[in-house]
Amino acid sequence: MATLEELNAAHVEADHSLRRRDFINIAAVSFAGVGAVAVAIPLVKQMSPPADVLALASTEVDISKIAPGQAIKTSWRKQPVFVRNLTAPEIAAAKAVPLSELRDPQTLDERTKPGKENWLITLGVCTHLGCVPLGTGEGENRGDYGGYFCPCHGSHYDTAARIRKGPAPLNLHVPDYAFTSDTVVTIG
Amino acid sequence: MIRWIARVVGAAFVLAVLWAFGTTLATNLQSPPAPTAEHEFHRHPKEVAFASDGPFGKFDKQQVQRGFQVYKEVCSGCHSLTRVSFRDLHQLGYEEAEVKAIANQWQVEVPSVNPETGEPATRKAVPSDYFPSPYANETAARAANNNALPPDLSLMAKARHDGPAYIYSILTGYQNQPAELLKKFPAAKTPPSLHYNPYFANLNIAMPPPLTSEGQVTYAPGNPKPTVDQMAKDVAAFLMWTAEPNLQGRHKTGFAVLAFLIVATILAYLSYQNIWAEAKRKVAPVGPLDPVNKAKRTRASKKAGIDE
Amino acid sequence: MSFAWAKPYEPKTELGRWFDDRMPLPRLVYNAVGGGYPVPRNLNYGWNFGVLSGIFLTIQIVTGIVLAMWYFASADGAFNSIEHIMRDVNGGWMMRYAHMNGASFFFIVVYIHIFRGLYYGSYKAPRELVWMLGLVIYLLMMATAFMGYVLPWGQMSYWGAQVITGFFSAFPVVGEPIRVWLLGGYAPDQAALTRFFSLHYLLPFVIAGVVILHIWSLHIPGSSNPTGVDVKSEKDTLPFHPFYTAKDGWFAAAFLTIYAAVLFFAPNYMGHPDNYIPANPLATPAHIVPEWYFWPFYAILRAFTSNFLGIDAKLWGVLAMFTSILLLFFLPWLDKSPVRSGAYRPLFKRFFWLLLLDVAILGYCGGSPAEPLYVALSQLATAYYFAHFLIILPLVSKYETPLPLPNSISESVLHGEKREAAPLGQTAAAN
Repeated sequence: MATLEELNAAHVEADHSLRRRDFINIAAVSFAGVGAVAVAIPLVKQMSPPADVLALASTEVDISKIAPGQAIKTSWRKQPVFVRNLTAPEIAAAKAVPLSELRDPQTLDERTKPGKENWLITLGVCTHLGCVPLGTGEGENRGDYGGYFCPCHGSHYDTAARIRKGPAPLNLHVPDYAFTSDTVVTIG
Repeated sequence: MIRWIARVVGAAFVLAVLWAFGTTLATNLQSPPAPTAEHEFHRHPKEVAFASDGPFGKFDKQQVQRGFQVYKEVCSGCHSLTRVSFRDLHQLGYEEAEVKAIANQWQVEVPSVNPETGEPATRKAVPSDYFPSPYANETAARAANNNALPPDLSLMAKARHDGPAYIYSILTGYQNQPAELLKKFPAAKTPPSLHYNPYFANLNIAMPPPLTSEGQVTYAPGNPKPTVDQMAKDVAAFLMWTAEPNLQGRHKTGFAVLAFLIVATILAYLSYQNIWAEAKRKVAPVGPLDPVNKAKRTRASKKAGIDE
Repeated sequence: MSFAWAKPYEPKTELGRWFDDRMPLPRLVYNAVGGGYPVPRNLNYGWNFGVLSGIFLTIQIVTGIVLAMWYFASADGAFNSIEHIMRDVNGGWMMRYAHMNGASFFFIVVYIHIFRGLYYGSYKAPRELVWMLGLVIYLLMMATAFMGYVLPWGQMSYWGAQVITGFFSAFPVVGEPIRVWLLGGYAPDQAALTRFFSLHYLLPFVIAGVVILHIWSLHIPGSSNPTGVDVKSEKDTLPFHPFYTAKDGWFAAAFLTIYAAVLFFAPNYMGHPDNYIPANPLATPAHIVPEWYFWPFYAILRAFTSNFLGIDAKLWGVLAMFTSILLLFFLPWLDKSPVRSGAYRPLFKRFFWLLLLDVAILGYCGGSPAEPLYVALSQLATAYYFAHFLIILPLVSKYETPLPLPNSISESVLHGEKREAAPLGQTAAAN
């Protein structure tokens, strides 16, 4: 029958050797932990847009039929896009506005392509809460500034689709686009 | 009580199935099932190797490109490939401009709507489109093919046992119906609208041999000669790609995952040994629970005078 | 939980104490799978398969939820949505193959777990409820797997659904109305597909709930062990953590390696090529077979080929198939031997191996075409299956002479050593 001292000594001895030998346990658990994180990555990544959605990220629009003063509504990445052919008075009105008056200061030049300043291509999504503003169709309310008007909460956009009155914080977004020819625009 | 019910239920099922067994035996001994032509003359796919076979399988891009060419020039007239998109061809090494051209020049156009009149129309394909079907619907396909429906080929390599080898065997397996078959099964003569092919499940396939002569498709220089055999192999390799485009990536990830798991197993095992070394877990050398050994041990202890 | 020497939970950190005062959840975990749950020290690897089953249930739920983000339960779109997952979704092919092979591995693990229970008498008192809850889990698994297989809407999905829902029409009078009610139509179609998706999403969580009951009912008496002898003292047990967490951990890593090998290098091996053909209600596949884990039951179903005693063959087949699982619920009362473990029951042991062979033969026949040879073989194998549980086992348990049991677990483990080292905290015994 071992004495109490011997048992205690054995325990302490066991404790020390446990700490030394803990290393392999820590290594195994850490490695498994790395594995768990590695498994989580594809689970999170799979929620990203799949290849076919990414492929539709580019749309071509034929602008040959849009006369000055007219606008069309089209779709890009499942969102509405306004393509407007500005008239000369509309261009002048846009250029006449001092930047200090604008909530989101931008010139018409910044929002159009050089040499094509009559073509105003913006998303048709109000920057307040996402409604589709009026103004593209014949006879639609174009708001107090002659551009677009959002009926949901009363945001008014001017001829360069910049926010002038109402709750929207920013101008209608101008997506990346390029003229692949005089009559075709590729958006995205 | 349970046991009585159990015995009755058990007896009922046992007797019912043994009765069925007896009937099966009797019917099959009296009138054994007649042999069929399919049973005797159907052949399993030929032995043929593909780059995509096995755990180290990958796609030979050049071969798959040739296979695509065969599909384009020979098969696409009747067979759709609706699950593959033109943009997928990037994977085979085609550049963006080439893919755009392939899509644009594809002989079948994509269904669409006339933007002015709203009437159904067609338009040229773009890379984001899927390969358009040569026929508008099943009825049209059957009408054009003597009531046979040429199946979509996107998944053919996975939809048949031993897919690529099966496809290769069908394409190279057309032959005249053997005289032996006609002698044994005169009723199984190939009907005039079908073609004899022993690699096909019921021996007679509606598709006429699509690959008939060398040079049917012209391969670019630097490629093997386009014999029927070569074209069949190439298109089979292409169809393996259409069925399983991620095969190469899958194998690559697989090796990484296996390596990780093997190391994890080793580490975990060492940790387990480490933890259990402290606990008394050694057991008797031969079968710890074997009572025969236990009896031996008891006798031995008694002999040595050790108290149990 | 149930043994007097179980280490009590003592929170070591401030946070631990704060939490424990408000909700004894860490305490519950500690007492269930931590240092506070004593487990027999002589468990062999047959005891690893319960935890492994839990791991595969988790894998299925996680991969399933992820797949459900892309799957489209429409008769026209389901097949295409899965091809979309395989081709275009980031890592989609991995999720799909993981889920597909996860189901097969889940069944492999559960079958080993069940046969361990059969051999070692785990179903005997006081663990009858554990056994029966386990069978409920198994039935739920079969329902879930069947419905899951229908979702891709391939040829086998569709025709498997036709055949299995067709069972119900075997019952006289009520059969056909029940079948039509189940399907929401006269044949598997949109209604069946959507409801199968809904239930397939629901049942795994029901399974998880029953698993909790299963583990809870086990933890009252504690685990059995290969000798079948009850735990008598602290010498017989080890705390679950770290001993069995370590053992379960390494074995799980090894098993997952095999799973990964199949997933990445042979993902379609256990499947059927016909399910890569979109469903066609007008064309039946040459050989309709369910997935491999249903093959033994399929063989039993097809074995009854003749009318008998006024009941027609189809109904015999369906009744036999259901009875073959339901009779397992009565096993604790069919097998009344007071000896638990097959290791000490030589006659029982021989019949156990015969059963295993029988089930393997049934499985082989189930996956084969219904040709006379396979039908005849499955008929004999079915006869043995029913005889084994309903006639043989009760008789064996009544009349066999078992081998003498060891007095305790620790005796069976520690005895026979040439060199004895003292177990932790124990003095060197005078052996």
